[in-house]
Parts: sequence; C-alpha cells; structure tokens
Amino acid sequence: MADEMNSEVKRKWHQRLVITLWVLIVPPTAWAVHFLFSYLWAAISCAKTGSFASVPWLYVAGSVLALVVIALSGWLGWKQSRTPGDPPPHEESTEIDRLRFLATATLLLAALSFVGVVFTALPVVFLRQCT
Amino acid sequence: MSLHEQDDPRLRAAQEERLRAVWAPPKGLFLKWTDTNNDAVGAWYVLTGFVFMLFAGVLGLIMRTQLAVPDNDLVDAGTFNQLFTLHGSMMMFLFAVPMFEAVSIILLPQLLGARDLPFPRLSAFGYWSFLIGGVFVGGSILFNAAPDGGWFMYPPLTTRTDLSGIGADIWMLGLSFIEVSSIAAAVELIVGVLKCRPPGMRLNLMPLYAWYILVVAVMILFAFPPLIAGDVLFEMERLLDWPFFDASRGGDPLLWQHLFWIFGHPEVYIVFLPSIALFAMLVPTFARRHLLGYPWIVLAAVGTAFLSFGLWVHHMFTTGLPKISLGFFSAASEAVAIPTAVQIFVFIATLWAGRVKWSTPMLYASGSLAVFVVGGLTGVMVAVAPFDWQAHDTYFVVAHLHYVLIGGTLLPLFAGLYYYWPLITGKKLSDRLGRVAFWMCFAGVNLCFFPMHFSGLMGMPRRVFTYPEALGIGGLNMTSTIGAFLFAAGVAVICVDLCLSPRRPFAPRNPWNAGTLEWLAHPQDEHWGIRSIPLIESRYPIWDQSDFMKKVDEGRYFLPDAEEGRRETIITSVLDARPLAVVRLGTPSWIPMATAVALGAVFILTTYHLYWPALVCGFATLACVLAWLWTGTAEIPEKPSKPIGHGIELPLYLSGRSAPGWWAMFITMMADATAFSGLVFGYYFFWTRHPDFPPPELAGAPGVLWPMVALASGLASWIATLAARSANRRGALLPARLLLVFAIGAALVSAGTGLAGPWLGGMDPTLHSYPAIVWTIAIWTSAHGAIAAIMLAYVIARSLAGRMTAQHDADLRNVTVYMHFFALTVVVAYATLGLFPEVA
Repeated sequence: MADEMNSEVKRKWHQRLVITLWVLIVPPTAWAVHFLFSYLWAAISCAKTGSFASVPWLYVAGSVLALVVIALSGWLGWKQSRTPGDPPPHEESTEIDRLRFLATATLLLAALSFVGVVFTALPVVFLRQCT
Repeated sequence: MSLHEQDDPRLRAAQEERLRAVWAPPKGLFLKWTDTNNDAVGAWYVLTGFVFMLFAGVLGLIMRTQLAVPDNDLVDAGTFNQLFTLHGSMMMFLFAVPMFEAVSIILLPQLLGARDLPFPRLSAFGYWSFLIGGVFVGGSILFNAAPDGGWFMYPPLTTRTDLSGIGADIWMLGLSFIEVSSIAAAVELIVGVLKCRPPGMRLNLMPLYAWYILVVAVMILFAFPPLIAGDVLFEMERLLDWPFFDASRGGDPLLWQHLFWIFGHPEVYIVFLPSIALFAMLVPTFARRHLLGYPWIVLAAVGTAFLSFGLWVHHMFTTGLPKISLGFFSAASEAVAIPTAVQIFVFIATLWAGRVKWSTPMLYASGSLAVFVVGGLTGVMVAVAPFDWQAHDTYFVVAHLHYVLIGGTLLPLFAGLYYYWPLITGKKLSDRLGRVAFWMCFAGVNLCFFPMHFSGLMGMPRRVFTYPEALGIGGLNMTSTIGAFLFAAGVAVICVDLCLSPRRPFAPRNPWNAGTLEWLAHPQDEHWGIRSIPLIESRYPIWDQSDFMKKVDEGRYFLPDAEEGRRETIITSVLDARPLAVVRLGTPSWIPMATAVALGAVFILTTYHLYWPALVCGFATLACVLAWLWTGTAEIPEKPSKPIGHGIELPLYLSGRSAPGWWAMFITMMADATAFSGLVFGYYFFWTRHPDFPPPELAGAPGVLWPMVALASGLASWIATLAARSANRRGALLPARLLLVFAIGAALVSAGTGLAGPWLGGMDPTLHSYPAIVWTIAIWTSAHGAIAAIMLAYVIARSLAGRMTAQHDADLRNVTVYMHFFALTVVVAYATLGLFPEVA
C-alpha cells in the first residue's frame, strides 16, 4: 500500500507532507510560540515603555499567522485522516490506519490550538493595559 | 526457527530453562539489592513512595489536629511551618512524581511486551537516588531541621540565612538530587515507549497508558530543568551570597517565583495525567469494550501537556504583574479545562456504551472522577484573576488543590492499586475491605476539604498555625479534622488489606479478563517479562487475536530463547514498530547503587558546607559513571546479527538515530538545554526589571573579546567532532583520533576563555545581580566545555581500546549529539554575555 502511494507521480503538497509525530505537535507548538511571544511582548513593553502597544497591528499579524499555521495543519490532518484504503473502524496494524490516526489527532489538536490562540488574543482585544 | 519447531515441548522447556537462568535475580543478603530487573526495582520504588506518602499523611494529620480547635497549642508555629512545608514537598516530590515513575517501571515493559526497559541500570540508579534523597529530606523533621518556607520556598524569607536555617538547603539540595532521578526516569520511559514496542504495535495501537507516559515524561524534560536552574541560583545565593533574589542588590524574588511555577504548574499535570492513564486501562476492561475515541485521548494528553506550560502565572496573580499578562494566563487556565473535560467525557462515553462491571477498582475510579470534577470547577473559578485576588492564600485554595490532587492522583492510584495488585503479586485484594475503605476515604475527603471552601471564604489564611475563636470558623475546622481522620482510617484499612495479601491464595491469570498485554503475566512471576515477544494486530490483543496467550506462552512469536545467555529485547522503529535490532540489556550490578551513593554524598555534603569531601565524592561519581559506561554500554557483539524467529534476522548493534543510546543522549540534552534556558531567562528577566541593565558602572565586563574567543573555540570543537565522526565512518581512524584531540583542546580553550571574561574584568558576583548572572552563565557553559573534553577523551580511549570501530561508532555518534547542544549553548551564552551589553 505504501509503495502504491509512493509510486504516484504527481502528488499535491498535502499528500507529500506525511503526518508524523513531528507534524502532530505543530499546532500546539504554534500556540506555544504565540503564547510565549504574547507574554514576552507584554512583559517587555510594560516594563520598558509602561504600556502595551496602542495599535498592536504586529500582534494581530502574529496571531493571524499562528492561526493560519494551525489551520493549515488542521486541513492537512483532515485530508490525511480520510486517506482511502482500509475498511473501518481503522484500528488495524497497517500504515494507512496509523496515518489516519495521527492525522485525526493532528486535526483535533489543531482545533484545540485554534481555540487556545483565540483565547490568548482576547485580552489584547478587551484589556490591553499594563496596570 | 519456524512455528513448527516450537511444537516440541522439550525445546520449549530448554528455552524456558535458559531464559529463567538469564533472568534469575541475584541472591544473597547484599547482592539481591544489586538487582536491576524492572519487577524488583519497580516494586521497591512503589513501596518506598507509598511509605513516604503515609509519612507525609501523618504530618497532615498532626496539622489537622492542631487546627481542630481555635487557639490550640499542640505544636508551635515553627513546627507547624515545618509540617506544612514537608507535607507539601513530600507529597509532590517524594510521592506523586516518583509513584508515577515507579508504577511505569513496573507496568510499561509488560504493556509493551518488552523483556525490560532499555536501560534497567538507569532505573536502578533512579531508585537509589530517590531513596537517599527522600530519606534525607523526610528525615530532617526528626531533627527539627526540616525546611519551613512553604513547599515553594519563596525568597527572600528562604534565601536569607538569618531567617531560615539549614532546612532550606536540605530542601534545595535534597530535592535537586531527586529531580536528577526524575529526569533519569523520564529518559528511560520515553525511549521505552518510542523504541521498545513489540513488532506491529504502531502508534495507533499503543496502549493509552503508554501515550500518557510518553507525554508526561516529555513534560518532565521541560518542567523540571527550570526548577534545577532556580535551585542553582538559589543555592549560589545561600552559600556564596550571590544576590539573584535580593532586591537591594539588583536581584528580584519574583525570578524564583517564575522559575518555580514554570515547574510547579506543569507538575500538577505531571502527577494527574499518569493517574488518569490508569483509568484508560481499567475503564475498557470493566466496560467490556474498546475505549471510545482513542485519538481524542491523545488530543487530551498532548493538548494538556502544552497548555499546562501556559498557566504558571496563575499562581502569581497577586504579585502585581501587568494586567494584560494576567489576562493571557487566565485565558490559558480556562482553555486547559477543554482537554481535561474531553478525557472525562471519553471515559463516561465508554462506560455508557459498554456493559459495566462495578468492580472495586471501578468504584475508586468513578469516585475519584467525582472528587476531581469538584476540584476542576473551583480551578476554573480561581483561574479568573479577580476571584483569585479574593481567594488567594486562603483555605479556599487549600480545598481546591486537595480536591484536584486527591481526586486526580491519590484515589486513581488506589484504583490502580486494586486493579494491578494481582498483576504484581498474583493475588487479589479484598473486595469487601476495598469497598469499606473507599467509602471511608470518599466521605473523609469531602468532610475534610469541602468545609475549607467556606472557612477560606470567611477569611481563614493558609499556613497559619492557629486562628482566633472570634473568626467563627471553629466548627468548620473541627469538621475538617474529623474528615481527615476518617480519610486516614480509610487508608489504614487499605494498608490492612495489603498486609493480609500474602495469606491469600493466588488469583487466576488475568483475573479481570482484560484485553491488554500486561495481563500475560503469570500469577507466580517469571522474571523474564514475557515468554516471547508477540506480533501485535489490535489494541486489545488478548481479546482480539486468536490463541494469543497460548502462542506467547509456547514461544511461537519472536525471541523465544536466550541462546547466548544474555538479557535481550527487541528495538523497533518509532512510528510503525518495525523490528530494527536486538539489544543486550544491563544485568544486575552494584554500579548504579554506588553512583547514586556518590552523587547523593555530593549533595548532602554540600548542604553542610563540607566542600572538599563533596569534591572528592564528585570525582567518585565521575569515576563510577565512566566505569558504568565503559563496561556496560556500546558493547561490540560477538556476531553481527541473530535470528529472532519467523526467518527474521536482526543486527545486534545500532548506532545513530535508530539506537536507544542516541535517543537517551538527545533527551537528556533537551533537559539540559531547558535548564540553561532558565538561566538565560534570568539574565533577560533582570534586564526587564531594571531601567539600565547591565548597570553602567558594571557594564565594562566581561567585554566582547573573551566571550567571542570562547564562542569561536567552542564552535571549533564542535566542527572538529563532526569531522572526526565522518573520518571514523570512512575508516580513517588516525585522522579521527587527531581531530578528537583537537576538539578536546578547543573545548578546554572555550572553557578557559569563557571564564577569563568575568575574571579579568574583575566582576564581583556578590555586588549585584549582573555580575552574578554573568558568572553563573559562564560557569555553566565552561563546565559543559570540560564535560565535552571528558567525553571526547573517553571516545578516544574507546577507539584505542578497540571498543569503537568504523562500523561500531555509537560512542562517537552519541557524543556528537552532546556537541550539537554544546555548540548551541556556547552560541547563546557568549552572544548574550558578550554582545547584549553592547546593544542594550
């Protein structure tokens, strides 16, 4: 089955980037980087200038970037979790079922991470003050 | 070997005889403690952790007795401080975390169908470290020398030697030592889960317990090192007067709070997830069906692991951090409820869809979920910053954290105890006593901790040894005390049940009729772990694969023999568990114990300021480690490969990224890099806390020159090692050795010049936090240079002794991993020390 997949000549990028444990942690890592960036920005700008940026366009851009990375991973997960091949319930010791499992987990993690990033960005929308 | 051969009972008997001989535990009064097999070490580990739990529980009872009535004088304030500090510290460091490691050391090889984890001697080292450190810390209260600054040890109360005694050093050094053993266990468990699964057990078939353990062990790598970094700074301040946390000399006590809680909050999930993992094993067994939503559990475990690192500031809501920062951490604290709830719903759904058998373990499991949910809900309350400002440091928080920890860790462990006792001893515990104990514990917990919500909201502060009658909380406190004793009585019933166990008859094999691999174990234990390593085709092979037990027992799967008289297990690939190699495992040895004793002596002697003996013990530790590595690792096998049955021939030697040793080095260095980043965080944290950092009058040192020389020579050492690796691979042994000699020289130059900057700049570390943190980062990096030199010299010696060749280059490959991290450390350290003052 794996050989069949490899032998296809023209494959889209979302088929070439096969989900592994490393791809699985991309969405939560995007959340973590975004969160760390948020914390550092707030800590440094509050300590050094006394205020969070008045027009935080860079913050918005960073958040959108994080959300895009997460959404792309989620889409990748969605696509690969539907890899055709084996019969349901997809709990066999086959390469396809292992891929489908990792892809599903990636999709779910992307959903959680998406919510996580939105949660982190909310204080900037509503609060944006240092003291 | 074909299936056919295993039909011969005489062959099977001969195989069993050989396996039994190879796995026989050492006998004799002293020698039996040199055992390294997971069933022995795991059992000692569990028992020790359990004893520490009972000890810490008694401390809790004394506190509750003191608080039973207003203005009580059973214990004085000083003793009370020691009681609550040690109660918290022991429950966390000496019970909850080690217990998960202990249980995993017993269960994981069974769950993975492995003969043992990849580094059995490392487990033994971890156990002995834990025992020595635990007795040292726990025993201190008997000498009125226990730590008394709260389990979080906030400076400046604890760093000023006029305000706190030797207890603070005992806490810091004793528990640092235990953190070493936790990281050792994490390395063992991660490599075990990733590399020692049976053939066919791809990631999607892994028992959920293994998923949880993988996630938690990775969390340990990122959570414990910041605390170790904090411990380093803390002891530098206490022993050498370097002012990291002293605000009058440019330090900041909040730095400790950050480093502590970056550890401390993930810690809560580190102790919670493995207990929940026990549910993931026992719920399907008693629901009589596969667990629903397997990927959802993985989502929950991985998601919780990540989010839990974004919660630490919620312990610091009242420290005056910017509101916007509080908002970020409040948001993450609310978000973590999502994955936590997901796993609880998965368990409920599985029970709903199954035919539930209400056994004693199920009773504990469902009871603990109820308790945990209460704690979780108050957690959502205190995650809201304005509510937390009101409830902070009151008994409301005490109630919250005990509901979480008892419901999320202790009661699930009791569920696991009743579930897995037959696996370990072959005997079932009493259902009657178990149920009686459960209801006593369940009622006791609620009676003890629920009233604390009210006493807290009525204004009872934490960590105060008594309260006036006028506060009107006497009744609530008396109720709590009665509940605590009821709970303790429940635990006592469990202890009685355990003590009666040896008198009971053996239970049948697989008494719960479970579907997972660990239940292959025989009631009368065989020490070989598993008779033959099976091919896995299902998540519940005992239920789903035909004649599974019989085939395993008759040696019809892989590696049914030990022809060469060696302890062996199969190494497989990470994603798909394809067999890669057979590795020889460590045998019983005194070296792990000796290493633990020597290292323990370093920490304990340092506590009492006996620096010269400590240094001697440091060299003894180094000697033990080198002897351990030289005799026990990267052995060149007598033949390149061996058959494991079914026509499969596997190599006996691995090096590089498929080898367990490479992974162990990589994982250890991840922890090391995390600790280093804690120190660098300290540097930049001081920068944010001061308008001018470095202070203008001190900014002249360490200058640019020396740090840049140290950086360049460190990188030269790294490049030379890389070149040596490829030369060795080509068979050019002499050039490889010469390159390694050059690498040693360069590493030592880097170490020396790294220290030259602050030394020649005349930086006085006791003057201000700036020279102190510069010195600390320089010393850390230079020490890594010195260790690099030792490792490289070791590799040369291996090469000269013929223990490392062109094909058998595991030592060099592993040291190269170290050198990658060394290069990274050098770049970050010296760019920070040399260049940052120029741009700041």
